[in-house]
Parts: sequence; structure tokens; C-alpha cells
Amino acid sequence: MSLTLSETLFWVIPELMLAIGGMALLIAGVFLGDKSARMISTASIGLLLAALLVVVALNGGPAEDLFGGAFRIDAFSSFMKMLIFGAAALAILMSDKYLVGEQLGRFEYPVLIVLAAFGMALMASANDLIALYMGVEAQSLALYILAAFNRDSRRSTEAGVKYFVLGALSSCLLLYGASLVYGFTGATQFNAIAAAVGDEANVGVVIGLVFLISGLAFKVSAAPFHMWTPDVYEGAPTPVTAFFAAAPKLAAMALFARALITPFSEIADDWRPIIAVLAVASMAVGAFSAIVQSNIKRLMAYSSIGHMGFALIGLAAGTERGVGSVLIYMTIYAIMTVGAFACILLMRRRGGMTEAIEDLAGLTKTSPGLALILTILLFSLAGVPPTIGFFGKLFVFQAAVEADLVWLAIVGAILSVVSAYYYLRIIWLMWFNEPAPPFEREVGSRLGLTALASAALVFPALLVLMGPLIAAARAAASSLF
Amino acid sequence: MIGLGHYLSVAAVLFAIGMAGIFVNRKNVIIILMSIELMLLAVNINLVAFSQFLGDLVGQVFAFMVLTVAAAEAAVGLAILVAFFRNRGDIAVDDANLMKN
Repeated sequence: MSLTLSETLFWVIPELMLAIGGMALLIAGVFLGDKSARMISTASIGLLLAALLVVVALNGGPAEDLFGGAFRIDAFSSFMKMLIFGAAALAILMSDKYLVGEQLGRFEYPVLIVLAAFGMALMASANDLIALYMGVEAQSLALYILAAFNRDSRRSTEAGVKYFVLGALSSCLLLYGASLVYGFTGATQFNAIAAAVGDEANVGVVIGLVFLISGLAFKVSAAPFHMWTPDVYEGAPTPVTAFFAAAPKLAAMALFARALITPFSEIADDWRPIIAVLAVASMAVGAFSAIVQSNIKRLMAYSSIGHMGFALIGLAAGTERGVGSVLIYMTIYAIMTVGAFACILLMRRRGGMTEAIEDLAGLTKTSPGLALILTILLFSLAGVPPTIGFFGKLFVFQAAVEADLVWLAIVGAILSVVSAYYYLRIIWLMWFNEPAPPFEREVGSRLGLTALASAALVFPALLVLMGPLIAAARAAASSLF
Repeated sequence: MIGLGHYLSVAAVLFAIGMAGIFVNRKNVIIILMSIELMLLAVNINLVAFSQFLGDLVGQVFAFMVLTVAAAEAAVGLAILVAFFRNRGDIAVDDANLMKN
């Protein structure tokens, strides 16, 4: 059954809102100049939240295949879009003060985030190799510019160049894989590829799939394709890093899951070992490289590489339970990361921001509230039991065990203990070391509230809300199978 | 007779040259941009060759999409490169090492 044009456009209202709204805001910004930056960022937050509400409103029906099956609206895409739009709106909300303080309060910033969110929405819904590529590029082009947003800083432009070069390289790998998959199956639409592949893949498809996986692994920054992450996270302005750590990771993981499950679930035995190796390598890099870091943004980069490794365990399982656990893990990861970056953005002294981990020493004595919030978030990132981070890991390991990947779950558990070391080191520093000079107090600021809210979610609140989250993630995952 | 295999071989060789250009080159970021362009065009050869031999137009549509995006990508890349150059006064790859472990 094919839909008429207006019926089709009805289902993509959230994407249309972001695309048209983003360009309208760009025009408004050009006419009103930089003094409109504040107004435009408020409007962008409104736009993203409105798009989120429309996604919620459209959610719940049966899956819709649009544009000849290239674009699919289902529970999975809606789940990811809600998270992505929410994370993008929070990223704008958190960046106001920093950008004004660094003389970066330009109107392009929120517009770029809106346009990147549009690309991410495409990624979450892409059900065709062409749509996949267009989504990835729509997102990446906006992100490259954001990384270099502080154009007068050597670090920021260097981060932009590195991100651009490695991002473009990964797009090439992805495309090369896509061209081989197209050539050996004769289709670009995921369901048609699944029908053509059958349960016995020929070698051309497998080679194409390997390239496709390498390209996607770049985007989720899974080791051994992670080398851009620490440099980009360190060099980009901190609110941009906060954005990079949450929303693009969600979108890339959504794309990764759909691009493996829908077309290639019949040949899961061919790609499962690759994903398992990526997962182990990412967890190992995340755990061991983070130990020697002294810059907190760089540490968060390695932390996110490690977390992607844990999420990939669920994908390696390749089952409905596995994908559900990936969704739960990514939700929890996004909440923890946003909170941790809100805390990092609060590390402000007279004379500017600091990024050194030593500056957190003795934080319990200088600002006990922030120290408590950060402690909860770090416990959760480490996966210590009463916090929500523990349950994220638990579900992923459970899915791996059910899929007969017991060894992967054991390796994951061991590496999560290793990675707990550097989170606990920061907590030790905050509670038991001699205090460093205090940070500026920002009681009741947006950042403080964001940090508080995410810490509250991480520790007591989500334990209560876990039931609905699991149900939503399971429903989303089942729409892929 | 030139068959599909020949086209795929040319594309694979071009792709490999592009990839080598990114990793071997230590002098100039512009060369990296050219290498990326080369890799994208290798993919296009693949797509058009498959499209022809499958008798299916989707591959050519895909190739046009890639061309369009490659133009946008080059524009963004050069813009970032200009900002990079203004801050440093050169575009040598070896010197892009402000951030280290």
C-alpha cells in the first residue's frame, strides 16, 4: 500500500519542522545579527521540544514505510528521536553561559544543532542505503562546523580539521561498503537487501558489510576506529563536546542497529564476531587509556569509547533482547553524560574555565553540592550497583549470555571493573584530597539544575521508572524484528 | 571485452590510492581533501558499473547523491581549513599536534 504525498508528509512532520524551522531561524539570524543569538537559541530549543512532542504524538501506531521504503517510522525510530531531540535541546540550554563568556554567542550555534538533529532524525529512520548516507552526511556536516566553532582558537580549529578528515574517511568506507552491498544484492532498500541475501551470504556482500561496519564504527567511535574522539572532545568548545557525547552517539547507534538487524539478521553469524571484537577493543581502550588522562574532557572521551563498547555487546547478541538492552544502555548513557558535562561546565573559576582533573581536588569542602552530584554520576558511569549505570550493564550482559556469548559478558564484567578505577580515582580526589581553589558559585543556574536533575534520575528516580523504560525499549526493539 | 571485474578493480585501486594518500601524506591537508575526493569518485565508479551491469537505475541515482554531498563536504572542509590556516599560518599535517595523551 503506498501513501499519497500529503499522507507521507504527515508522518515526517518532525523532520520537516526541523529542516524548515532551522533554515527560517538561519534567515532570521542573518537579518537580525548576533544580538539575536539569545532569541534564536530559545526558539531552537522550542523547535526541538515541539518536534519531540510531535514524535510522541505520532508514536504508537503500526510502522509506516515512506518514500518507497527508504524511510521508516516505527517504535524504534520514535524512541531514538525522542532521546536525540531531548539531548539536542539540553545541549543548547547548557551552552548559553559558556558561549557568552567565551565571546562565542553567535546565532549559528543553535541553528547548527537543529540541522544536526535533523540529520540524526534521518539516521534513526533510514531504511535504505541512500537514506543512510544522506542522514549521516546531514548530521556530520553540521558537526564538523560545530567542532571548529571557536574559529579563533587553535585547538578548536585543529579539532575541526581532525574531525572532518576522519569523518570524511569514515563516510568513504561506509559508501564503499554500501556500493558493494548494492552491487551484490541489486538493492539499496534494507528489506529488499534482506530478501536478496537470504540465509547464505556471498563473499561480495560480506566484504561490503565489513566496510559498512567499519564506517559505522567510526561514527560511534568504537575502537579501533576511535582515534579522532579524544582530540575532538578535547579541542572542541566544552558545550559542543557535551553535545557530541550524547546525541550523535545515540543516532549512530540507532543507525548501526537498524543497518545490521533489518538487512543482515539472517547472516548474523557472519557479523557477530566483528561486533564482538569491536566491543572488546572499545571496552579495553576505554578502560586502560583513560587511566593516564589529566584532562577531564579527554577522560570523558575515553569513557564514551568504553561505554560504546558495552552497548555493542548488546548489538553483538543480535537478538530482540540484545537490541532492547542497547536502547536501555544508550538512554542511561545519555542521561549520565549530559549530567557529567553539566558538572564540567560548572568548573569555572575567575579568569575562565578549567579542564584539569586536579582542579576537582577537595571539591566536597569547597562546593559540597556539586561534589555530591558528580559523585553520584561517576558511580553510575562506573556501574556501581545502587545506581542506574549498573542496570544498564546488567541488561547488556544478560542479553549476551542468552545469545551464548558468555565469554563476551565475562570480558565485559572484568573490563568494567578496570574502568571503575579511574572514576573512583576522581571521587577519591574530590573527597579526600586537599582542596584546590574553589569554583565560582552558581546556585540555581540552568547548568546546576541540569546536573541535579540527571543525578536524581541516575540514582533514585530511574530505579522507580525502570519498568516503563524497559517496556518502551523492548517495544522499540521488537519493531526491528 | 571489458567486464564488471575491470571496473571494480579500477575502483578498488583508486580507493586504495586515496586511502594511502590520507595516511602516507605528511605535508599538506589539501592533499588529504583531494584523497577524500578520489575515494568518493572510486565509489561512484563502483556504483555506476554495478548499475549498468544490473540494469538498475538506483545505482546512478546513488552516484548523483554522492556527487552532491561531496561538493557540500568539500565546501565545509575548505572552510574549516581556512580557519585552521588563519590561526597557524600553515597547513602541515605534522604540526597538527596540539593535543596529545
